[in-house]
Amino acid sequence: MIREYQTIREVAGPLMLVRDVENVKYDELGEIRLPDGSIRRCKVLEIDGDRALVQLFESSAGLNLSESTVRFVGHGVELGVSEDMLGRVFDGMGTPIDDGPKLIYDKVLDINGSPINPTARLYPSEFIQTGVSTIDGLNTLVRGQKLPIFSGSGLPHANLAAQIARQAKVIGSDAKFAVVFAAIGITFEEADFFISDFRRTGALDRTVLFINLASDPAIERISTPRMALTAAEYLAFEKNMHVLVILTDITNYAEALREVSAARKEVPGRRGYPGYLYTDLASMYERAGRKKGSDGSITMIPILTMPEDDKTHPIPDLTGYITEGQIILSREIYRKGYLPPVDVLPSLSRLKDKGIGEGKTRADHANTMNQLFACYARGKEAQELMVVLGEAALTPTDRLYARFAEEFEARYVNQGFSENRTIEETLDLGWDLLGIFPRSELKRIKPEFLDQYYHERT
Amino acid sequence: MQEAIKGRVIKVSGPLVVAEGMGKANMYDVVRVGEKHLLGEIIEMRGDRASIQVYEETAGIGPGDEVFSEGEPLCVELGPGLVSNIYDGIQRPLEELYQHFGTNLPKGAVLPALDREKLWEFVPAVCENAHVLGGDILGTVQENKVVAHRILVPVGVSGAVVKIERGTFRVTDPVCVIRTDSGEEKPITLLQKWPVRRARPVKEKLPPDIPMITGQRSIDALFPIAKGGTACIPGPFGSGKTVTQHQLAKWSDVDLVIYVGCGERGNEMTDVLREFPELKDPRTGESLMMRTVLIANTSDMPVAAREASIYTGITIAEYFRDMGYDVAVIADSTSRWAEALREMSGRLEEMPGEEGYPAYLTSRLAQFYERAGRVVCLGSGDRVGTLSAIGAVSPQGGDISEPVTQATLRIVKVFWGLEASLAYRRHFPAINWLTSYSLYSDRLSGWFREHLGAEWGENTARALKILQQESELDEIVKLVGVDALSGQDRMVLEVARSLREDFLQQDSFSDTDSYCLLAKQNLMLRLILGFYDRACRALDEGVTIEQITSLDEVERIGRAKNVPEAEAQAVYAEILNSVDRSLDAIRQAREEEDK
Repeated sequence: MIREYQTIREVAGPLMLVRDVENVKYDELGEIRLPDGSIRRCKVLEIDGDRALVQLFESSAGLNLSESTVRFVGHGVELGVSEDMLGRVFDGMGTPIDDGPKLIYDKVLDINGSPINPTARLYPSEFIQTGVSTIDGLNTLVRGQKLPIFSGSGLPHANLAAQIARQAKVIGSDAKFAVVFAAIGITFEEADFFISDFRRTGALDRTVLFINLASDPAIERISTPRMALTAAEYLAFEKNMHVLVILTDITNYAEALREVSAARKEVPGRRGYPGYLYTDLASMYERAGRKKGSDGSITMIPILTMPEDDKTHPIPDLTGYITEGQIILSREIYRKGYLPPVDVLPSLSRLKDKGIGEGKTRADHANTMNQLFACYARGKEAQELMVVLGEAALTPTDRLYARFAEEFEARYVNQGFSENRTIEETLDLGWDLLGIFPRSELKRIKPEFLDQYYHERT
Repeated sequence: MQEAIKGRVIKVSGPLVVAEGMGKANMYDVVRVGEKHLLGEIIEMRGDRASIQVYEETAGIGPGDEVFSEGEPLCVELGPGLVSNIYDGIQRPLEELYQHFGTNLPKGAVLPALDREKLWEFVPAVCENAHVLGGDILGTVQENKVVAHRILVPVGVSGAVVKIERGTFRVTDPVCVIRTDSGEEKPITLLQKWPVRRARPVKEKLPPDIPMITGQRSIDALFPIAKGGTACIPGPFGSGKTVTQHQLAKWSDVDLVIYVGCGERGNEMTDVLREFPELKDPRTGESLMMRTVLIANTSDMPVAAREASIYTGITIAEYFRDMGYDVAVIADSTSRWAEALREMSGRLEEMPGEEGYPAYLTSRLAQFYERAGRVVCLGSGDRVGTLSAIGAVSPQGGDISEPVTQATLRIVKVFWGLEASLAYRRHFPAINWLTSYSLYSDRLSGWFREHLGAEWGENTARALKILQQESELDEIVKLVGVDALSGQDRMVLEVARSLREDFLQQDSFSDTDSYCLLAKQNLMLRLILGFYDRACRALDEGVTIEQITSLDEVERIGRAKNVPEAEAQAVYAEILNSVDRSLDAIRQAREEEDK
């Protein structure tokens, strides 16, 4: 029998203390009934004898210590899932907020999921063509990868994410695919940008949206990404779909986590974020991937804005340690007017080596990729030197490199948000740019590829 | 037999559970919590209350749930069947968990670490009536083509062999009976247990003076590690820590590798599982998996088990070391282990040290690395085994002044500092040659001299010096431009570039260059420095730096790393001869002009 307690003793920030409870379990979901009859949800964070410390998922406004009651329902936070979720809009706690028909759930799942046995994972290796040269050519995305976009305030990360969602495809495959989109504390305008882009391209019918806007309670954000991932896991691993999960913005999520941690007076790690931020983020990001026994996959693109564009801030830093690479946007390139403003050098896809080459993209891909990186890095150094010493101080070779860097940004990086380049176009463009150099400079490319593709510019 | 100790949960906070009624339990005893029998370990006792760190997700545990003690500390099972296996942090076999419970890890699952049904062929090495001591070899089980698993007399047991026979046995069958000095008859099985938090004893520790050859040029030539040594690899994300660790696990010339994936990506372990069986060990010609044991506690698995995984790994390594093997433990990453320590410490409400880490962080790290070493194993004879420990460190923001890196640096003898700026230039392995160091260099020089002659030591020292000169010259170039440098200095820059690009850079995904034999490394250094010497002489005679850098041989040196080992000597010598010819031609042309 479920008992209803009228023993709420404290409400402070997102936390609430309930006394004299019996038989309450750690991580159990609770429902608070307010005097006006409305229901709010909470979960058990700590249980010490007959005292339960619970965390609210919604605002505490209107809560009244003497009249509100709380009951614990015997299970954790759950989400009902079914294939009909596609095309629907939910709030941050998984309640439908569009005017669609009532959903009949196929299953009810715990939103925390459970860790995947590493022996049951399938290694991601299928190339996804996003149509963006800086990603396809240099930081290749593969199915089942988690590749975040590190951005800054005011940079067009939303456009890039929408472009990827719109253009992404696996060459020579027409498997069912879906998008799960979680808006975590972003503004209405940003969320609306995504929704209208999905609607415009007809992707909305294949999309599940979880929306927690900036005006919604911050603590609700802690569950929003987990709701989204639970839906994604169901679609991917039980319905064999290829799911692209976009989570934006992780920074807001981490701040909500910090709020709860601060309210619990925990010893903080760096910059006031809790010491378990790494573990907590990992428990979300690691849900991406492919599993044996299922044809589906979860490819994850979390977006986060780096405070002050600082990559060493705990949120991007810990994310980078968990995810399989990162796409970093640069203000400098954005100012030059190049779109999407991907900062190529610090960007990285850890799984690229397994997704490229003969049979996947093209045999020369790996070599040219390394060569472009090396040339661009040296070109940037030459440019810096040029700023200090003037062009005349450079050796003729360094001048070539500087010119290459310039042209690389203007042509390879810069493509706009609507151009969709095939991988062949991207690779050929790379060769065209490398043509600036004499053959002897291209040491990272095997002679047979040079013979086949290299044309020195005259 | 001790009576079972039973208590009740009174508090749950994340992975920490407090139970009362546990007054008779011992510290670090293993307990089972709740209906699902979650595995935990007692880490604090106050009166009859025990604080328990639970190795599994505690959702669903509440006050009143039962707790019982198993009356013994956390142990690993040691015996045939370890090799090629993959375990989680508390030695549960992951492959079998997958077969039994599906793709996601269940709670409270119990499966024996070693297959109880599998039969092993045991060949005795001693006869009946022989007198044996703890650590003596009783016999061997050929575990696979590569590993001969030596069955040792358990530590602390000595006496006369009463019965021993050849045959096939399960790991739990007695293969031998020993009558101890006190007259007790002790059956010995293939399976033995050892508590993970206690170092296995040795007869004597020796100074390490044989290098562990890794096939990685930046490591072997510049910053070598000894067998039985300790090293750490700190670096920001994206600098190639994991790839470097994988390279070490693949190519180090040791008998066994214990790879501990501690709080890292799931896909990385999958990658190892997928790739290692297909790679061939250059020494044995067999699959690399045949000498590898994997411990995987990925970042989404429960945090407390991450703390245990490091100990599980090193205990298994010590067990193989005691057989007289060279073993390497490669842990990726010790920062995640330290974070697990921090999380438990926070839940216990201990007074934090730096950045919230507990005050005992340094001593725990030191205890771990101190279990490495070159040792004389227990038992009769002078069997020598080595255990090398290599830990990755993931400093936040790449800032190595943080506590875990600093605490590690105080203990380990080799520091391979990875740098993001090198990684951005795709210079891999991104080991910074200016900040890294190896305190074994001197100790190992004797071995290198014996095996490669005096040339190796001179050349590696020269290479390091040239790289250092380069960094000094770079400062000048940034101020006044490269034209202001003398020809000699520009030649230093040129040879430094060649050392960086043609020697230190090594593509781990390349078929020809992922692993480089020591002899070839020696030849490559000889080639690059030989070119440098010739160029310096030519400069003195009036040849210009532009003439030298535009030689065709410069490009050939650039491609020298992909020359197969067998041909290297001839090809490199030919390149140098060709350099001589080209320089002679330039000299002659000059002389004719002068005339």
